[in-house]
Formats: sequence, C-alpha cells, structure tokens
Amino acid sequence: MAPAYTTSELMVSRAAKELKDGDVVFVGIGVPSLAVNLAYRMHAPGLCMIYESGAVGCVPRRLPISIGDPCLVTGSLAVVPMLDVFNLYLQRGLIDVGFLGGAQVDRFGNINSTVIGDYHQPKVRLPGSGGACEIAALAKRVVITIANSRRTLPERVDFVTSPGYLRGGRERESLGLKGGPELVITDMGVYRFDPETREMVLASLHPGITIKTIKENIGWDVKVAQDLAETAPPGPEEIRIIREELDPQGIFLRSKAG
Amino acid sequence: MSKAMTMQEAIARFVRDGDLIVMEGFTHLIPFAAGHEIIRQRRKDLVLARLTPDLIYDQIIAAGCARKLIFSWAGNPGVGPLHAFRRAVEKGAPRPLEIEEYTHFGMVLRFMAGASNLPFLPTRNYPGTDLTKVNPAFKTIRSPYGDEELWCVPALNPDVTIVHAQRADAEGNTQVWGLYGVQKEAAFASRRVIVSVEEIVDSRVIRSDPNRTIIPGSIVSAVVHEPFGAHPSFVQGGYDRDNDFYVKWDAISREEAGLGKYLDEWVYGLPDRAAYARKMGPRRAELLADRQMCEPVNYGF
Repeated sequence: MAPAYTTSELMVSRAAKELKDGDVVFVGIGVPSLAVNLAYRMHAPGLCMIYESGAVGCVPRRLPISIGDPCLVTGSLAVVPMLDVFNLYLQRGLIDVGFLGGAQVDRFGNINSTVIGDYHQPKVRLPGSGGACEIAALAKRVVITIANSRRTLPERVDFVTSPGYLRGGRERESLGLKGGPELVITDMGVYRFDPETREMVLASLHPGITIKTIKENIGWDVKVAQDLAETAPPGPEEIRIIREELDPQGIFLRSKAG
Repeated sequence: MSKAMTMQEAIARFVRDGDLIVMEGFTHLIPFAAGHEIIRQRRKDLVLARLTPDLIYDQIIAAGCARKLIFSWAGNPGVGPLHAFRRAVEKGAPRPLEIEEYTHFGMVLRFMAGASNLPFLPTRNYPGTDLTKVNPAFKTIRSPYGDEELWCVPALNPDVTIVHAQRADAEGNTQVWGLYGVQKEAAFASRRVIVSVEEIVDSRVIRSDPNRTIIPGSIVSAVVHEPFGAHPSFVQGGYDRDNDFYVKWDAISREEAGLGKYLDEWVYGLPDRAAYARKMGPRRAELLADRQMCEPVNYGF
C-alpha cells in the first residue's frame, strides 16, 4: 500500500512540531513557510511570522511564492523597513527561530549557500547569503532543512556562508555568538547536535529508512543517538491542512509519495 | 519646482556611463521601466548595487551594460538561479563581471551609513562566516566603550538611486505603502535620485497623509510618471507580482540567444513603458489588485 503522506509532508510536519506557541519566527519560502503556517493552524496560534522583506505578524491568505509576496502585507501587524528587521528585531534578539536551507550543511551545522568549489573560480555559483548569515548568527534557535546525500552533507562545507558551530566544541561561543543550529531535518531523518562536541548526531529515522541508508548518504561517519527514534508521521489533520489549505496547487510539495 | 519628465529624459540626464547605480525595491516596486530605458540607451561600464539583482539586473548584465555587481542574494526567488548573472561570473559572457558580496543586513547597513554621512556601521553579525575572508571591505573595530570587537561594513554612496513608488508630487515628495525594502536609505545615500511613480498627485494629497512620505522632494532629481513601471514585480494596491513571468524567465534566460530575443522584443523593440504595457495585452488586467482600504486616521490638532 502506498504511504498516505509524502516525504516533503513529513518534513513540513516535523519542522512544525519544533515551533512553540508564541515563538517569533523568521520565515523563508518553501518548507519553512509551510511548516510555520502548519504550526500556526495546529498548535501555535500565538506564533508571530516575520519575513525579511519587512512584514511582521503575517496572516497570508494564499501561499506566499516569494518572501516579498503582497499577501504578506495585507492584514499584517506591521510593515517595517529592512533596516528595522535586521537591527531592531534580529540583532536586538527578538527572533526565537530562524529556518535555513542551503546547498551544503556540514558535520558542525555550518551552511554553504555561496559557491561549490573555490570562491574565485567557482564550479557552481550559488545565490549567496541573503539574510541567512545574520539569521544563523543572531536568531536564538536555527532549524535547517536539506536533502540527505553525500553531496549536500559533506564533512566540511566548501564555504561557510552561515556559521553553525564552526569546527565544533566551544568555537562558536568563543567568537561571541549565541544560539546555533538546533535541528537538521532531511528527507531521511532528523539530526541534533551533541552538547559537547557540537557535531550532528542522528536522532530519528523517517519510517522505512535504515541507519545503513543514512551512512551511505552522508559525508562522514555520523554518530547515532542512544535513544534513536522513528520520526512520527504527519496525522490526517496535518495532511489535510497542508494539501487543502497551505499548498492546494502542489507548488512546493509536488514530490512523489513515499 | 516641477521635476516631472519622461523616463527617456531622466535616464539621459542623470545616469552616466561608469556610474554606480542602485535600483532598489525588495521584491516590491522594482523599477523595471527605468532598467529597460538604461538598456535602450546602452549605458556602459555601470557598477550595479542591489540586495537582490533579480531579473532587472540579470537583464542589464545580459545587455552588457555592467562591469561590476555589489549584492547579497543573486537568485530568481522561488525559481532558481539567475542565468545571465551566472554566465557572467562563471564564463565572463557577454563580458566579465566583477562581484563584491555582502549579506542583506550588510547591504542595508552600507546604505544607512552612506545615508547618514558616516564612513561605516558596525554589527554583531559576521563572526565565523567566510564572507569576511573573500571580501576585504569587511573590517573589525574594537568598541571604544568596552572590549567588544565588532565587524563593520563601509558606507555605500551611489551616483544614482532609482526607485519606483505608488505616488509622488511633481517636486518628488514620494509615498510608499506595503514593503519598504531599503529605498529610503538608498535614496538618502545617493548623489542623484530618480523616482518613477504609478501616479503623480497634487501636493495636497501628500500633505493629507505625511506619515507615508519616505523620500522628500529635496533629494529628488527627477519624477517620472510611469504606470505599470514595476512589472513583473508588483505594486501593493496596484498590481500583483507576475509570478508566471518570473517562472518563464528561467527558460527565456537559460541561453544567451533566448535572452537576446527577449531584449530585442521587449526592450530594444519598444519606445517606452506605455508601449510595453500595451504589448502586455489582457495579462495586465489579470494582475490588477483587489481593494482593501485602510481605516482613515485623524491628523487634526
């Protein structure tokens, strides 16, 4: 029997569970936007969505296609200049959770969205930081979503666009940065960070995925948590909200079931 | 004094070869009409600065008008890469493009420093990122009030800043609602400012709602009446973002030839924005915004 949900829906649902009622969340497009809107409808009606475009307390009536979609403005609590978004909300310490993605994430949660290969002679030139570097540096918690493969999860990123725990241990703290990545959600499992070494540790496997599959699809000998769990699949109400209310046209979640 | 003129006049008078130009608007109010006129007038060796080059700079880069790009995120939002940008960086086509790279926060601070007549601004951002290793403009400073070390970015002072807005009076007092982006900071940082607007209104309209004015006429060089001037980006309360066009741009721009054909048909082949709007046909009406009026406020005393 075909599974009743897709991997993308599982990722959205897992990311939504990471959000608490009352959290102030810096939202990006795609899985993050869907996750935040799902949490808002399920268990976190007091959640405050902020987009880097300057819309604060958004209540989008349709799925925003870009982080500057006009539907983010209509009915929002405030619209502020980007200077205020970064100075007064982010640097001031008012953002609880930032969602980030990238082309590569490494063993210590550093994110690359700048180049593959050498910076000055890139094999692939990627879009760059946007607001990712400051979110990684200044949000209280960071949740990362990325595909699980040797290419996307190397031991060391080609370029640190957005700092995680750098080379592990206390390096991040020693540079004066608080927070840091809390969770990495992939299409195969969920990783947390060891409180001492700060390296990514496999915390849960999505249904049907084995440790062997994970080890074949990651760039280093990843450690597995003692209490390794299975990721809870999305319930019927979550699936209904995602399919009927959040992404009825399947713009972001067209991936095949399973 | 009225500063109203056509886009052709405004670009001819205020944008010169080799200028550092900024055409801002974060997703919202991107001044595409001005971008097309710059391409038509075949400006050369421009240094382009903008947080997100977006399609507007992808087109100017493809037309060979730019020698350098200062930016923080170069992609087609929600769609994929900017192909002309990538061709220029990876292959030097149609000409090599020097890049100077920041983050959104860094670009915003650069404009604010420039606008405030300061040499730089500090931030708690940037420990640990490799961006500071590849761009020597990032520097550190020790706080004179403690022992903290902070990263700084230098002021950015453009020769010309061009913005699009909902409305202005003929003197250039400019009002925006919806997403503000960094237009105000970029305009104040700039030596010359061109404003294009959906509507030129009597100064009484501006004075009836002064809180909405983000750019004062005193820093504006030219005001251009340019309805539909932001398409394919959007104007809050005017027209929606043409998301379909942003998706189509991926195919149009994937090869140099396809992009060249687009420029021939939609830029070089048209005299002005009015002709562009007519060529859009019925699509234009599909994008019109619905009405959602705000509650009036009392400015009396």
